[in-house]
Amino acid sequence: MTDLASAGRNTSLPARSWLERIGTGHILLAVFLLIYPLMASDFFLTQIGGYSLVLGMIALSLMLLAGYGGMVSLAQITVAGAAGYTVAIFGENNSGIYGFGWPWWLYAPFAILLASLMSALIGWIAVRTEGIYTIMITLAVATACFYFAQQNYALFNGFPGYNGLRAPEAFGVYWRDPVPYYYLCLATATIAYAAVLYAARSTFGLSLQAIRDNPRRMRAIGFDVTAHKVFAWWLAGLIAGAAGVLLVWFNGRISPGTISVGPAINILVIAIIGGLRHPIGPFLGAVVVVMMQTFAIDIVGAERFNTLIGLVFLAIVFVSPDGILGLWERFKPRTGGEDWSSFVKGRSDKTKT
Amino acid sequence: MAQNIAASRLQGTGAHALDLEGVGRQFGALSALSGINMRIAAGERRAVLGSNGAGKTTLFNTITGDFYPTSGRIRFFGEEITTLAAHERIRRGLRRTYQISQLFTNLTVRESVYLACRGVSRRRFSLFRPSPSDGAMAQAESIVHAVHMDDDADTLVGTLSHGQQRQLEIGLALAGAPRFILFDEPAAGLSPTERRDLIAILNALPHHIGYIIIEHDLDVALRVSEYVSMMHNGTVFTEGTPDEIENDPAVQQIYLGGGHG
Repeated sequence: MTDLASAGRNTSLPARSWLERIGTGHILLAVFLLIYPLMASDFFLTQIGGYSLVLGMIALSLMLLAGYGGMVSLAQITVAGAAGYTVAIFGENNSGIYGFGWPWWLYAPFAILLASLMSALIGWIAVRTEGIYTIMITLAVATACFYFAQQNYALFNGFPGYNGLRAPEAFGVYWRDPVPYYYLCLATATIAYAAVLYAARSTFGLSLQAIRDNPRRMRAIGFDVTAHKVFAWWLAGLIAGAAGVLLVWFNGRISPGTISVGPAINILVIAIIGGLRHPIGPFLGAVVVVMMQTFAIDIVGAERFNTLIGLVFLAIVFVSPDGILGLWERFKPRTGGEDWSSFVKGRSDKTKT
Repeated sequence: MAQNIAASRLQGTGAHALDLEGVGRQFGALSALSGINMRIAAGERRAVLGSNGAGKTTLFNTITGDFYPTSGRIRFFGEEITTLAAHERIRRGLRRTYQISQLFTNLTVRESVYLACRGVSRRRFSLFRPSPSDGAMAQAESIVHAVHMDDDADTLVGTLSHGQQRQLEIGLALAGAPRFILFDEPAAGLSPTERRDLIAILNALPHHIGYIIIEHDLDVALRVSEYVSMMHNGTVFTEGTPDEIENDPAVQQIYLGGGHG
């Protein structure tokens, strides 16, 4: 669990300009992501760019729980799926049941809220356990939700689920068009990423990491450990829920397959490949996994692409238990300001004693 | 003499800081504590001595709610806390340190003490970063100073030396507005210099803060306490002033290992 325990270190900063505070790494990354649509095809914009950002957000919600809270969840895709089904039921769909036709500005926040409440409920069940048992109980919840959605036709429309879910047309833009969709995902992911990065040093962020390090001591200084953990689940649910709304706008449909065990494990793989030490990790992992899922078929054929993904996963974890973040830490250039790269460095230097 | 001091303090407050009535704790067939009766006045400084396995730490755990006693009652300043959740007891002014340091290895000293101050005040769920002018942060700074750790305020707790971790343990217990503190072998593993430091810290505590200290080192225990309870096999078998205890032959027999010598 040492890689989990090391998330969220950042040196306390003296007063500096906001430019220095953001760091060169972040600025370069932001510039690249902003001009990415100029060089990318529509396919690379949505299927790779937008989709990676969405999966990255779901994995970010896992990183929040696992990296800062020490709670590894396999139910994050279930939470995203809850938001997706809410969109299908309260928005419009082509499946002929429900589709209340709420406007997007009503159903989208409602879906995120409902997903976050479901996340808090799952958390409330899961926080009674620790370590491997948290993984098992969240896997059980995810599996139960998958089968329930698949067999229940009254609410979830069973196996086919819902299709014909359209992204909204608002402010004169159809938000599923490649460029608007990409920027929508980028904006949402940036907000989630920055919020997590900021809140990691907030009172609650510190208390969550302290609970991860020593729950007994946290009780002995007056904290209600269970309440704090459940609150972390609720916050993670907000991020996963927002990603879930974007996901159904991307796919145009939602079915039990979206929330089955395969995708649930996929999210964990993304987070581990990227690294759980810093909120950038899940996004790095998402890019790698989405690229592999897209192009592995061309390299090894349709039957073997999962094998390739598995081998790459093994290779990364074998070389660096901290995922891509750990690799970067080893081979990074020796410059850089107070951005996430120097944060990773400072962190490991301090813990080597 | 010390008894008189304790008695006069008691009259001032009207209630005992701690009042244990027949407290017992079973672990299966093992009786770790039985029939503990202990009354400690507000502001009193009490040492609990006893050999390994005498039940001292178990006594602490039942008082702080790390686990509940299987029999008896515990009152804290007149209020029954026998089955109250641990964090609720802390919010009523009870504090403790641990025999084996229980710290947040990935936070800095300042962050740890800040959390301890925040734990007994409002806005524990705040998603904003604490500003230096925040009340809890200001208090944290003064506690870091009080336990002589100014130079290590930004050091990661996991990289501190053993002695510094023991100091931080005490710092965490001083956060908020403690009324009564349980010190579980704070001097364990400390160098002679660090012991002197510790004694200075304990003696510098404000007079209204009472404590119980578990201490194997008789020298330390007798210099920081006014009254002593001797435990053996889960019971309190004698109580008295440091002088009385030091010269009690039965104590020497049990505690100083006369039977084995």
